[in-house]
Amino acid sequence: MITPIEPQVVQGTTGKPLVDLCRHHFPLLRQRVNGKPLVYFDNAATSQKPQIVIDTIMRYYMEENSNIHRGVHYLSERATQAYEEVRSKVQRFINAASDREIIFVRGTTEAVNLVAYSYGRTHVGPEDEVVISALEHHSNIVPWQILCQEKGAKLRVIPMNDDGELLLDEYEKMLNVRTKIVSLVHVSNALGTINPIKQMVALAHARGVPVMVDGAQAVPHMRVDVRDLDCDFYAFSSHKMFGPTGIGVLYGRESLLEAMPPYQGGGDMIKSVTFEKTIYNDLPHKFEAGTPSIASGMGLGAAVDYMNQINLDAVAAFEHDLLVYATEALSKIPRVHIVGRAKEKAAVLSFVIEGIHPHDIGTVLDLEGVAIRTGHHCAQPVMQRFGIPATARASFAFYNTKEEVDILVKGIEKVIEVLG
Amino acid sequence: MSSLRDLYQEVILDHNKSPRNFRVMDHPTRSVEGYNPLCGDHYTVFVCVEGNVIRDVSFQGAGCAISKASASVMSSLLKGKTTTEAEALFADFHKLVTGKLEGDDELERLGKLAAFSGVCEFPARVKCASLPWHTLHTALASPTETKVSTEE
Repeated sequence: MITPIEPQVVQGTTGKPLVDLCRHHFPLLRQRVNGKPLVYFDNAATSQKPQIVIDTIMRYYMEENSNIHRGVHYLSERATQAYEEVRSKVQRFINAASDREIIFVRGTTEAVNLVAYSYGRTHVGPEDEVVISALEHHSNIVPWQILCQEKGAKLRVIPMNDDGELLLDEYEKMLNVRTKIVSLVHVSNALGTINPIKQMVALAHARGVPVMVDGAQAVPHMRVDVRDLDCDFYAFSSHKMFGPTGIGVLYGRESLLEAMPPYQGGGDMIKSVTFEKTIYNDLPHKFEAGTPSIASGMGLGAAVDYMNQINLDAVAAFEHDLLVYATEALSKIPRVHIVGRAKEKAAVLSFVIEGIHPHDIGTVLDLEGVAIRTGHHCAQPVMQRFGIPATARASFAFYNTKEEVDILVKGIEKVIEVLG
Repeated sequence: MSSLRDLYQEVILDHNKSPRNFRVMDHPTRSVEGYNPLCGDHYTVFVCVEGNVIRDVSFQGAGCAISKASASVMSSLLKGKTTTEAEALFADFHKLVTGKLEGDDELERLGKLAAFSGVCEFPARVKCASLPWHTLHTALASPTETKVSTEE
């Protein structure tokens, strides 16, 4: 059964904090871990799922399951229609001009690989340059590195300052006639830095260079409007925005997608096949070979509905408040150092404790019921920049509370007490 | 449910704070780097072997409390042991941290290593405890390898 969201959650009808209205939508958060109430602070790795997403996936399998874009039978038509409605929902959600610009992929990683493979291989040649930043996740480094190695092109990296902010002067100097594409993270998963994407896109466009944006950590936390950003490609993952794993979105400007060759060949991406010649399907299907993760698509649709019903500006404000509260609390603990102090920052708190390895921090906190991420966060170059092997990272969502931050603080004090 | 003190036993906390044999060896017969790319634990283990007797073991590097204490306890136990004895101890230690040890006799035989008995309850930490031993094993068993990683 699909659980409807209470009407008061819909924006503007209540003065109550968002968390009071929304937390109970997430059944997993009710459990205890190691005998303690779960404090889930690993939202940058993956978010939890509201009941409506879970119910939607279950209902799909119980009532609609069939393959899409193929059958003439009732179920297939119903599933096809529902799946394509999700595409339109996503289009409106990020304000794309057309649903032909919404390509379903497995996740952000596949989206970057698709662009590097399809756009990259046709536009990047020997001696050309691809620009990324020092803040990138491995998924926005390695596909470009592979491309550059193959083509004899150069990968250039925008440096950052000690607060974890990109140096825009350096970026501007880096752009030249050999620059064929820029690919940037919108919000850093390791440090939380929010990059000035709109400005960075404008700088690249002034030189005729297209820009791809890795929005995996942005979409769950702020309103994203691809036409306002004016970016050429934008990628994000369902599972970080309260939807299921297995599906993500590549937005691409239609004129660019139209000219790009397919990424993978197979069923669904063709109009006709003979052994002599294949006619490719129209957008967006040209880039969607094979049966997709249909159930995940339905779940993503429910996640978009859910996010449309909560006020995303309130989400951003609430999370910022939580970040400020946590930053102040952690700054007061001796020997704790926060890594990444960008002025524009999402609710990600990376920290280290002098003399104590992040892995030990993670284990002690886990025994207190607090789930954080420890390690290099798939951003080893970020760690290298700060000369550390790893950090501990608490990342928040709108269902987290200040009381949970207090539990984190007590946990950190325990870490120091035990491991001194 | 495991408690904090089951994992971080006194011996471990002590060896983490004051690691034994934490030094570069001047003339090792073998030295091997051990690395866990997932958490960044990184140690070099030095050994001096004469015939089949381990005359000295030392280590350098950085990592979590479990890995550092494991390297420290290992280094303090192995001096004077034969390489065969060291390998047998590694086999027992591996059983201990993966929860495959049978009976208290085996636990008793492990002596100070028994402090790592809580590790088997923490699957994510097994590699931390065993990294120094894998590194040592490579030093003893492979005359040409100079690096070992938990992820290969």
